[in-house]
Amino acid sequence: MFLEAKQVVKKYANHLALNEVNLQVPENTIYGLLGPNGAGKTTLIRVINQITGPDSGEIIFNGRPLKSEDVHRIGYLPEERGLYKKMKVGEQAVYLARMKGLSRHDALKKLKFWFEKFEIQPWWDKKVEELSKGMQQKIQFVVTVLHEPKLLIFDEPFSGFDPINANLLKQEILKLKENGATILFSTHNMGSVEELCDHITLINKSQTILAGQIDEIRQSYKDNLIKLEFTGDSNSIKSNLTDNFNIEDIRNTNGHQTAFIKMRNDATINQLIGNIINDVQIIGLQEVLPTMNDIFIKVVEQSNLTKPVK
Amino acid sequence: MSKISLIIQREYTTRVKKKSFIVMTIIGPILFAAMMVLPGWFASMEDTDEKSIAVIDQTGKYNDQINSTGYLKFSWLDKTASETIAQEYEKDGYDAYLIIEDDLLKHPDAVKIYSASQITIDVKEHISRSLEKHLETEKLASYEIEGLDGIIKDINAVRVKVKTIKLSDDGSEKESSTELVMIAAIIFAMMIYMFVLVYGMQVMRGVMEEKVNRIVEVIVSSVKPFQLMMGKIIGIALVALTQFLLWVILTVTIVGIMHSIFTGGASTVTDTNQIEMVSSMNGQPMDSEQMSEFAEGFTNILDKVLSLDLIGSLVLFVFYFLGGYLLYASLFAALGAALDNEADSQQFVMPVMMPLILSIYVAMAAFRNPTGDLAFWFSMIPFTSPVVMMARIPFQPPIWQIVLSMFILIGTFIFTTWFAGRIYRTGILMYGKKVSYKELWKWFRYSGK
Repeated sequence: MFLEAKQVVKKYANHLALNEVNLQVPENTIYGLLGPNGAGKTTLIRVINQITGPDSGEIIFNGRPLKSEDVHRIGYLPEERGLYKKMKVGEQAVYLARMKGLSRHDALKKLKFWFEKFEIQPWWDKKVEELSKGMQQKIQFVVTVLHEPKLLIFDEPFSGFDPINANLLKQEILKLKENGATILFSTHNMGSVEELCDHITLINKSQTILAGQIDEIRQSYKDNLIKLEFTGDSNSIKSNLTDNFNIEDIRNTNGHQTAFIKMRNDATINQLIGNIINDVQIIGLQEVLPTMNDIFIKVVEQSNLTKPVK
Repeated sequence: MSKISLIIQREYTTRVKKKSFIVMTIIGPILFAAMMVLPGWFASMEDTDEKSIAVIDQTGKYNDQINSTGYLKFSWLDKTASETIAQEYEKDGYDAYLIIEDDLLKHPDAVKIYSASQITIDVKEHISRSLEKHLETEKLASYEIEGLDGIIKDINAVRVKVKTIKLSDDGSEKESSTELVMIAAIIFAMMIYMFVLVYGMQVMRGVMEEKVNRIVEVIVSSVKPFQLMMGKIIGIALVALTQFLLWVILTVTIVGIMHSIFTGGASTVTDTNQIEMVSSMNGQPMDSEQMSEFAEGFTNILDKVLSLDLIGSLVLFVFYFLGGYLLYASLFAALGAALDNEADSQQFVMPVMMPLILSIYVAMAAFRNPTGDLAFWFSMIPFTSPVVMMARIPFQPPIWQIVLSMFILIGTFIFTTWFAGRIYRTGILMYGKKVSYKELWKWFRYSGK
């Protein structure tokens, strides 16, 4: 494992923020850290960034316990992010890069590359307060990745980004992975989780309630629901289906009909097709996997029921 | 380069480049120099306009009893002029006219001066002094005591003038000026107060800015919060010391230049260059007599200033500034970390500032009694000692008291820095939380790593 959290406990004055949380991030993957507000995601991220220390448990980075020099190998874009408003863009970027251990010379060289890439070169000598929000976000992103960290941590990276910059960010995250980086990000945006993540961990009320590969999770939470698009007599379907199939819903859409059919017992798609192939014209047929959004809501609600608030 | 020095560098350069810093650095020395030059200047700037005043004595008792001086000419007119004088005094070349209507021993207010322009207090005093003197002699004469003149002369010759002589350790004597020592004490106390307050508040604003701009989390992912706090405090301290040093250098330079201009100008009147410089400052040409008078007054003040132990005072000033600043700045940093906006800050800032404000009041008392119990105790208490002890320094308190107060101050700022660091560490990452003293205490108690 590239990054591991082992039994991490973190108490604040008034509440328990992390309760024996485990996390296993394989190298060169995109890892999603999910959970409702106040679940403990930001605390876990801060522990990994050594902004606060855990009360017990440990973080293993690259096979050994995390050390303070490791901050140079981590790039962190916090949820609460900003820049010095009165400072010039270039000056500030160099300052933040040097705080991550780059020399002035290297910082300038790398900044030149990124500023040209994002076409923000003309803003070098402008004060930050003169920049638009989107411009500032680009600079924050550049500063986060500039020292080419092995591990990138984005806390709610898409919050506050406009769609264009959010898309740019997605592309860059994928590119960073291609170049060998490992990315851990927390988000509420389930669409981006499905799009980007290989693995996820779901935290609720300071505890891990779900973890694993995203495809496996979706498979394991599937309802054996089939989406069938067809033309023809919908009643004939109803009468021909065996007890192993249950029609949840049928609706008319653009000149054809769409049915959602739940398969029970060990029914297969082939059997379904066999049942109906003589009665209707099949246009399309596909298994409906639950969205991460559905899984999120379902799992969190379940855990809220089983583990009442202490 | 270590990260804390990067932070110090940033704090220092961004502040030193600010316009407000540059403006203050230039204005300060001009004010200080003015404080040293102006008393001498004013002394030489006495009213030099010639004024002639007509006097009409309706009683006929006081003829010629008001003497003319270099600038005031009194002309005694005939009683009959009193009817026309109001219309004609200006035409006849008088600036004012004086009418004595009655016996001044019976009616002390029977003397009136009329003028279109305001009569200066000097003129008024000259007149009343002259008349009083005349009346005194007149009255004394009425007792008819023999040899009285001689007695009075003898009495008037009695004069007491206390000179204050400062004894140095090596037994040498130096004339010192009590007034000047007082003024030095006031300046020292006010400067410490101002520096600690101004730069302490800068620390608070700086921390608050980082928190409000949400940059703090980016930074503490690279450095420890305590390093960030100390970097800021040290960086701003260096800004303050830079300003102080520039003030000292510029003040010495300005005073030095002016001194050489004035004294040089007085001794070589023919040196037109210097005279011109002075004239242009004055707006009108100065004659050499005035010039030397001014130069003398100025040199006098300068000599007295130099009789104070300036170098020692400056060293102590820097020490007490740093001690007081570190003590208060760490508390201000903790406040800045705990608070999200300046509006909320008032109720927390006041308690921190209270001892500082109190120390100014105590310092005022210390000017009068620099060795009293009040001055002693408040120059030991670390929260007030920087201001109060600096107010006592020109009066040369015992060395052991200075050393003791220094040690107490050092110990206390180490403690407050540690204390503030704990609150700061938690506070900077807390957003939108309503802060109370109880909450701050919890943050302090909470032993985060």
